[in-house]
Amino acid sequence: MGESKLDLLQGTLDLMVMKTLAAMGAQHGYGIARRIEQASGDEVLLNQGTIYASLVRLQQRGWIGAEWGTSDNNRKAKFYSITRSGRKQLAKDAAYWQRLTDVMGRVLAMPPEGGL
Amino acid sequence: MGALGRGVSRVRSFVLKRGLDADLEAEIAEHIALATEENLRRGLSPTEARRQALVRFGGMDLAKDQQREARGLMKLDILLQDLKYTFRTLGRDRGFSVVAVLILALGIGANIAVFSVVNTLLLRPLPFPNSQQLVRIRPRNPKGGESSMTYSTDAMQSFQQRTSAFQQITGYFAFSGPDNARLISTGQPQPITGLMVAGNFFPTLGVTPVLGRNFSPDETFTNSRPVVLLSYPFWKRQFAADPSIIGQTINLDGTQTTIIGVLPDAFDFGAVFSPGAKVDVFTPASFSYMEDWGNTMALFGRLKPGVTLGQAQAEADTIFPSLLFNNKHPDWGGKFDAKLFDLKEYVSGKLRQSLIMLWCAVGMIMLIVCVNLSNLLLARAAARAKEFAMRAALGAGRARIVRQLLTESLVLSLSGAVLGLGLACAIVAWLAHQGSIALPLLSSLRIDGAALVWTLLIAVAASILFGLAPGIRLATGNLQAALKDSGHGTSDGKSHQHMRSILVVSEIALACVLLVGAGLLLRSFLHVLDVDLGFEPSHAAAIGVAFDDGGLAAKRGPILQQILQRVEQIPGVESAGITDSLPMSTNRSWGFMPKGWDPKKQGETQDTFVYVVTPGYLHSIGMRIVAGRDIRWDDNQKNQAVVIINQTIANYLWPGQDPIGNIAEVGGADAQVIGVVADVHETNAETKAGWQMYLSETAPQYGPAGANLVIRTKLPPASLASSVMAVLREINPNQPANEFKPIQALVDHASSPRRFFVILVGAFAGLGLLLAALGIYGVISYSVTQRTQEIGIRMALGATASQVQRSVIAKTLRLALIGIAAGALASMLVSRAIAALLFNTKPGDPITFAAMVVLISAVALLAGYIPARRASRVNPMVALRNN
Repeated sequence: MGESKLDLLQGTLDLMVMKTLAAMGAQHGYGIARRIEQASGDEVLLNQGTIYASLVRLQQRGWIGAEWGTSDNNRKAKFYSITRSGRKQLAKDAAYWQRLTDVMGRVLAMPPEGGL
Repeated sequence: MGALGRGVSRVRSFVLKRGLDADLEAEIAEHIALATEENLRRGLSPTEARRQALVRFGGMDLAKDQQREARGLMKLDILLQDLKYTFRTLGRDRGFSVVAVLILALGIGANIAVFSVVNTLLLRPLPFPNSQQLVRIRPRNPKGGESSMTYSTDAMQSFQQRTSAFQQITGYFAFSGPDNARLISTGQPQPITGLMVAGNFFPTLGVTPVLGRNFSPDETFTNSRPVVLLSYPFWKRQFAADPSIIGQTINLDGTQTTIIGVLPDAFDFGAVFSPGAKVDVFTPASFSYMEDWGNTMALFGRLKPGVTLGQAQAEADTIFPSLLFNNKHPDWGGKFDAKLFDLKEYVSGKLRQSLIMLWCAVGMIMLIVCVNLSNLLLARAAARAKEFAMRAALGAGRARIVRQLLTESLVLSLSGAVLGLGLACAIVAWLAHQGSIALPLLSSLRIDGAALVWTLLIAVAASILFGLAPGIRLATGNLQAALKDSGHGTSDGKSHQHMRSILVVSEIALACVLLVGAGLLLRSFLHVLDVDLGFEPSHAAAIGVAFDDGGLAAKRGPILQQILQRVEQIPGVESAGITDSLPMSTNRSWGFMPKGWDPKKQGETQDTFVYVVTPGYLHSIGMRIVAGRDIRWDDNQKNQAVVIINQTIANYLWPGQDPIGNIAEVGGADAQVIGVVADVHETNAETKAGWQMYLSETAPQYGPAGANLVIRTKLPPASLASSVMAVLREINPNQPANEFKPIQALVDHASSPRRFFVILVGAFAGLGLLLAALGIYGVISYSVTQRTQEIGIRMALGATASQVQRSVIAKTLRLALIGIAAGALASMLVSRAIAALLFNTKPGDPITFAAMVVLISAVALLAGYIPARRASRVNPMVALRNN
């Protein structure tokens, strides 16, 4: 219920979305959601709907763009792509995550009786 | 994109809400379609494929909400939603809404009106540019009325020449009464009020005529071309606002006078300098003409920029003692001193305490209103507890519920504010036209921007105050308990009832304080009315008389005698007399000293109010001669002057002796004391009488300052107006159509500020009592409704109707008594704070306190009796079956 947890989750999702777009190029919401699920080896059980809030948030920050296009089966779909400032932000955030996971890994690998 | 850009895109998305929602719908539909197709490819059945797709998508509405929240102004969205919901619920509960809005309108309306009064009289600067530089200059010891509050023209001019603290010294002639001039055109001469002002009066104040110009310096010389400035209302009334009037001449008292300008509408002489007076025309005072008139000018000055009042005072203290009374007669001395007042302070400073008291009273009303509404809302919240519990169970956050409640109270209080503003406008407009209330600046009363801001502030603060209590209660309440608590058949939650009782008790306590305050003021006012004025204002009336003696004192006597004889013949007139000044109206003072008195040894005598009167006047105004005789028509010899003194003089100068027959120096010549009259309250009922003397109108050496005919009659004075006027016209065709004024009006005018405050505070106390009664009724009535079943059971078990009734009334009285006890304590503190405003009434006046206790108990009993009766009529069978 605590808010910090929710924030972390939010931040994570935003980062995943940006990374997906950077790797795959323009993609619609469903495609992004599927791609994240696949890349995580289906370990993230994503409520796919939540991705749309993330997409709006990223758009408002100017990190991704969106335009209407046609999907594979010729229906109208909204395609998202990462912008230049989005790539910069992605690099920053990715580096931050990397550092955080490294630190977390090291801390959690601490031996039981504190013999560093 | 920066924060600004994000903000813009949020606002944009709020405005384009519908389109963006449609976009989202389309996007989600495509999402589901793509997922379904993929599932189909994996071999699922079409229904299963779609079901799976929806499951993976998660909560559809949640996703939409989240997206909307991220997208735009969720807060505004919620506010609109809350508003819509609020209007729906308030509309459903129309009775409650109407009562709530009305209560709020009364409270807020009273608050705005009082704020406007306080703002106009206390907070706003005077309506002159750089008004903080304006100063009133007045002798330190104003014992003898206007004469001891003014300066001679010579002293004024000398001070103007020698001061370095002031830019300008100015003043006006302080002895003008109403209707002191005649406008002669076709038809009957018309009485108008004129005022002589120093030539620099308007420039010093910073008042510029809207038409024409101010006086020029040469127009203040004796025998210069007579000119006049018109007041705006007079210009509109008399000349239909004709702009071509400038440069034309009018006949004022037989003198052709040129109109040189019209003063602005915003300038109201009476409002600032002489509350209740209206002046029609202004003429320039000729100082050389007035130099032998004695102290005549009320003095004002405009400080130089940067000069403080203290510096100016220090300068005045050195200059004034050396000023001469009359430059041509240095031997007449001077003995001047001066105290300087900030003009604003001088005008309204003495009202500060009363106004603050009024402001507090009205603030208390607002508190009571809030408590009352809080109570109503709590009752309502209890009834709605289930609704809110349901909403909470369905996922509404607590914050959201509190916000919803606050929105409701805000809507209520803003509606109340709008209605209250209307009410306040009416009150303020009415007050602004009450010329009979002797309060300064009242005519400039209006609802301005500051009042509007104040309104908004009050409304918002009130809504938070009365909306928060139920909100907190609901939000902190246990969900399950709420669902259970509001079920049928059980009494209301204990803590809930407790909170409402506390509110009612505080309401009663506040009402107590208001009632005690109002009671004390009322007692003071009654004491003021009870004061022995020294004359009998009822059954007497006065009218200004014009007569033409050609400046010959010898002719004056016979003319006045003729007038009085003719007037006394009018049926219904008991007696008639003439005086130059009426009590509680204009006044002047001269010196008075027993012959052979040595001021150096025996002390200075006091400035003495002087009245030049005919025989019969003392009786007509209802004064009492306690020793000696009245003035006679043959008291007309210069060398056998007579004087009647009041008891204050007699007791001071001739204690324990008979003053009759003593010789006194009056205005520099000898006069024999022939009578003693009871003291007259010459200024108002509250201040003690000063020294007073009455001189013969037929004595050639005493120039009367005008003539007022006073008649005593058993009939309503107004019924005699036309016959008296007919007689006056017959004797002098130039008699203007002056107003026939009851003497009571003068007394009422003098006590009008006190009456004003009593009426207002009394009205607030009444309102507070009503609201408290409503609060008691609400709580008791509600508890009876809640306990209907319990009462039914009790009665089924053998409780009688009167037992039930008694228990409800006992509960009511318990609340009332706690409230009264708290209120009485608070009242003691408050009454001490207003002690200075009371007259002959102690702050702890037992009668007032006892009356308050009785009144509130009675009202509480009444408010409790109605629900008690209802409780006693509960039919056990029905009560038990219904639940």
